[in-house]
Amino acid sequence: MKVFKAILSVIFTVALIWALQTKFGDIPPLGEFLNPSTGFWQNAESKNIIPTENLKLKGLQGKVTVKFDENMVPHIFAENDHDLYYVQGYLTAKARLWEMDIQTRSAAGRLSEIVGAKALDIDRYHRRMGMTYGAEHTLQGIMKDPVMSKVINAYSDGVNAYIKQLKPGGYPIEFKLLAYAPEEWKPINSAYLLKLMSETLAGGSNELAMTNVLDKFGAQVTKDLFPDYPMHEDPIIPAGTKWDFKPLPIPQPPAAFKAQMLASMRDKEKIEGIGSNNWAVSGSKTASGYPILANDPHLNLTLPSIWYQMQMTAPGVNVYGVTLPGAPCVVIGYNKKVSWGVTNVDADILDWYQVKFKDASRTQYWYNNKWNKVDRKIETIKIRGEKPLIDTVLYTHHGPVVYNNVDMAKKGRVNVPVGNALRWIAHDESDEFKTFYLLNRAKNYADYREALKYYTAPAQNFIFASADNDIAITPNGKLPLKYKDQGKFIMDGGDPANDWHGWIPSEQNPTVKNPQRGFVSSANQSSTDQTYPYYINWKFEGYERGKRINDRLGAMTKATADSMRVLQTDDYSIRAQDIMPTMLKYLDASKLDDNQLAALDTLKKWDKFCGAKSVGASIFGKWWVKFYTFTWRDSFEEKDRLLYFPTMDRTEALLIKEPNSKWFDNVTTPVTETASDVLMGSFTAAVNELIKEQGNIGEAWQWGHVKPFEVKHLGNVPGLGSGNFVSGGTGSTVNALIDGHGPSWRMVVQLGPQVKGYGIIPGGQSGNPGSFYYDDMLKTWQAGQLKELLFLQSATQNSNRIKRTLTLSK
Amino acid sequence: MLFPVILLLTFICGYLFPWWVSCIMAFGAAIIFGKKSSWAFWCGFCGISLAWVALALLKSFPNEHMLATRVAHVFHLPNWGLLLAVTALIGGQAGGMSALSGWLVRRAFEKR
Repeated sequence: MKVFKAILSVIFTVALIWALQTKFGDIPPLGEFLNPSTGFWQNAESKNIIPTENLKLKGLQGKVTVKFDENMVPHIFAENDHDLYYVQGYLTAKARLWEMDIQTRSAAGRLSEIVGAKALDIDRYHRRMGMTYGAEHTLQGIMKDPVMSKVINAYSDGVNAYIKQLKPGGYPIEFKLLAYAPEEWKPINSAYLLKLMSETLAGGSNELAMTNVLDKFGAQVTKDLFPDYPMHEDPIIPAGTKWDFKPLPIPQPPAAFKAQMLASMRDKEKIEGIGSNNWAVSGSKTASGYPILANDPHLNLTLPSIWYQMQMTAPGVNVYGVTLPGAPCVVIGYNKKVSWGVTNVDADILDWYQVKFKDASRTQYWYNNKWNKVDRKIETIKIRGEKPLIDTVLYTHHGPVVYNNVDMAKKGRVNVPVGNALRWIAHDESDEFKTFYLLNRAKNYADYREALKYYTAPAQNFIFASADNDIAITPNGKLPLKYKDQGKFIMDGGDPANDWHGWIPSEQNPTVKNPQRGFVSSANQSSTDQTYPYYINWKFEGYERGKRINDRLGAMTKATADSMRVLQTDDYSIRAQDIMPTMLKYLDASKLDDNQLAALDTLKKWDKFCGAKSVGASIFGKWWVKFYTFTWRDSFEEKDRLLYFPTMDRTEALLIKEPNSKWFDNVTTPVTETASDVLMGSFTAAVNELIKEQGNIGEAWQWGHVKPFEVKHLGNVPGLGSGNFVSGGTGSTVNALIDGHGPSWRMVVQLGPQVKGYGIIPGGQSGNPGSFYYDDMLKTWQAGQLKELLFLQSATQNSNRIKRTLTLSK
Repeated sequence: MLFPVILLLTFICGYLFPWWVSCIMAFGAAIIFGKKSSWAFWCGFCGISLAWVALALLKSFPNEHMLATRVAHVFHLPNWGLLLAVTALIGGQAGGMSALSGWLVRRAFEKR
C-alpha cells in the first residue's frame, strides 16, 4: 500500500512537472514561463541604468565605445568598418532579437516551425512566391561585392556574438511565450528582410482583378474606367521637366491577347495609406539659407518598433538615422554634409504569366514556339508537432508557378492567379545595402547619384539635400523596360514579346535636381507627367498628400525645421476640397430628417481638417467611402470573382464630369439612378451608421473616436501593444494614420555648417515589453512632436543627454 | 527543518539551474527531513512558492511591476498581484507534490 502510494505520488508529480514544461495550444508552458529564474520575470528590466560598463567580445579587432542617450539610442564609435558593423549587429540583437527572428522566419516561410500548422498557408505562399529563391540570389549579389560581403559577415558575426552568450533566462519574452529558442543568425537573413520589404511595398498585384474586369466589361469600358493617368495629379518630378537623355526604343506589345482565368476568387479590400512622404526645401526658402529635408515612411506600426535608431561612427563615416533590425547600415538619415530619405515608388515590378504545360506531368511548358523544361524546387516546411510538408514548386524562366491548382488557391491569397508564373523583381540578384553603405558616407550630389546605381528593389523615391545647397529626388530602382500597360493584365507566358525587355538605364530613371520651384517632394503619386518616355505603372497612390505638400511648400518662405514638423502632422483633406462641393451640390436637403440635417449642417461648416476632434471629418469620411462603394458594388462586386474597383480618382472624375453616367444606376433596381440618388443613399446610410455606432451627433462623433487606432504588438499578443488611442489624420492626408498604418519614423534635418536632426519613432528603442524604453517615445510621437537628435562628433564629446557608456574590446 | 531547507535551496537554485531542479531538491529534502504527509506537502508548497515570490519581486520591484502588469493583461488578469499569486500557486503545487512524493518514498522504504 505504502509503495503503491509512493509510486502514485511520484508519477503524479512527474506528470505535473511535464505538464508545466509543455505547451498546450497557444498557452506557453506555465512552469517554464512563470518561474522566476528563467521565466518572464527575468525580462523585467530595472529602471536604474548602469552608467559605465566594459565588455569583452572576441570577434572585435579594436576598441569600440558606445554612448547611450536618454532614449537608449546607441552612438557607436569604432576604429574600423568591421567593428562598426559587428557592433551594429550585436546591439541590434540585444535590443530586437525576437523581432529579427520572427520577421526573417516569416519571410523564409518558416513560421510553422514555431506555431504549428496554422501558419502553413502563409509559409507555403512565401515559399511558392519565391522568397527563398530571391533571398538566395540577393545573397549571391552581396557576396560578389568585396566591401558588402565583409559588412554583412561582420554584422552577422555581431548578432551571433550576442546569441551565443544568451542563456534561456535572457531570451526575449516572445520566445518564452511561444516556447522556442533563438537560432544562429545567417547572412541570408538580412536578404530576407529586403524580400519582406519588397513584399510589403511591391508584392501586391491587381492583374487578376483587372483581367476579370476586362473579361466582364470588354476593352472599351476598361479603358474608360481604368485610365493610365489620373484626372488629379501633381507628379513627383514637376510637370514640364525636360528629359535630357536619348531613350532606348520602347518594346512593341504582342498581338492582342486576353488571358483566360482558371479559377474564381474572392475580394480583398485595398488599404489606403500604405505610403510615405518626403520632401526637401532649398536654402532659398528656408530661414537659415540651407536646405531642410523631411521624411516619414508609413508602414504597419508595431511594437517592437519597425526602426532602430543609431549613430554609427568609424574612420570615413559618421551617420545618424534609422536602421532595419537585421540589416546593416542606416537606411534613412543624415551625416555632416548630406541627408536622404525614401518613399515607395509603386512601380509595376511584379507580373503574372499564364503557363501552357505540355501535359499533366508538367515537365515542359510552351515558350517561343517550342517546349521548354520546367524546373522543380523542393521546399520542405517543418511543422511543430507534425511531420514536415514537402512541397514542389514549378519554375519557368519567368519564375515560380505560385498556385498549381484551384484547391491551393482557395486556401491562399485571393489575388494570385492559378497556374501562372510570377516574374518579380525581388527574385533577381541584387546588392541594395551597397546603396545605403554609400549614402551613409556621401558628401555631395555626385555621391548620391553614384549610390543610387546599386539599388534594385523595392523601388523608392530617394530624396536628397546637401550642405552645398543641392536638393534632388529620384524615383529609383531597377525598373523593367516595358511596352505601355505591359503587366496591367495577366500575360501570355508563351510569347517572348511579353518578357521584360531589359531595364530602363539607371541614369534615365526620372530625376530632378534643384528645380525652379525651390523644393522637391514625393508622396507615392505618379513619378512623372505623361512626357516621360518609359512606362512605370498605370496606377500610383492618390495625389492628395503630394498635392497638399506641394501647396504648402510652394507658399512657404523662411521655413524652419518646425514648419516641416507642422506639415508632417498636417491633416487637411484635399479629397474633401476636391469633391465635397460637388457632393453637396447634388444632395437634396429637402428629403433629410432632423438628424441628417444636423449632420449636413456640421459638414457645411467643416474646415476640411481631419483632426482628432473633427466631427466633419467623420461624416465626410463615411459618406465618401459609402458613396464610392454604392457606386461600384452592383457591377464590381461578385461572389466568385475578384474584380478591381475603379480608383477613387476615376470616381471623382465621374461625379464631377458625368453625374448622369450609367455607372450611378444600380442595376439591381428597376428605376434608373443618378449620382444624386447615390449621394442621397450613401449620405443617409453614413449618418444612420454613425448614430447607430456612436449615438446622436456630438462629441462621440469626433474623428478620433470614430476611427480606431492602435500600435499593435508585432505578434499580435494582446496587452503588449499600445491599446487604442485617439488620433487625427486619414489615408489621404499628409499625416496618414489609418488602420494601424502611419508614420513609422518622422525625421526633419536642417542642413548647414552645423547639421541638426530631429526625429521620433512611435515606440522605443528596446524590443522588450519589460523595458522602460519599449514605448517611451510613443507619447511624443502622438503629440506630433519631434526630439532633437544627438549627433556626436567624437566619443569624447560631452553631453548631459548621455546616460550610459559601454566599452567593448577584444 | 524541511521548510527552511527547501526555501533556501530553491532560492539558490533559482540563479543556477532550470526551475524543476528545485523540485528534485524538495523531493530529496523531504526524504531526509520529512515528518508526515501533510507537513511535507505544505513545506514543499510554501518553500518553493515563497522562494519564487521573493525571486520574482527582486526583479519586479526595480521594474515598477511594469512588465508584470503587461503580462497580467496578456493572460486577461486585472493586475500583476494576481499574476504573482498564480506564479506562487504553480510553483507551490509542484514543490508540494515533490516534497510529498519524497516523504512517501521514504516511508515506503521504512520498516513498519
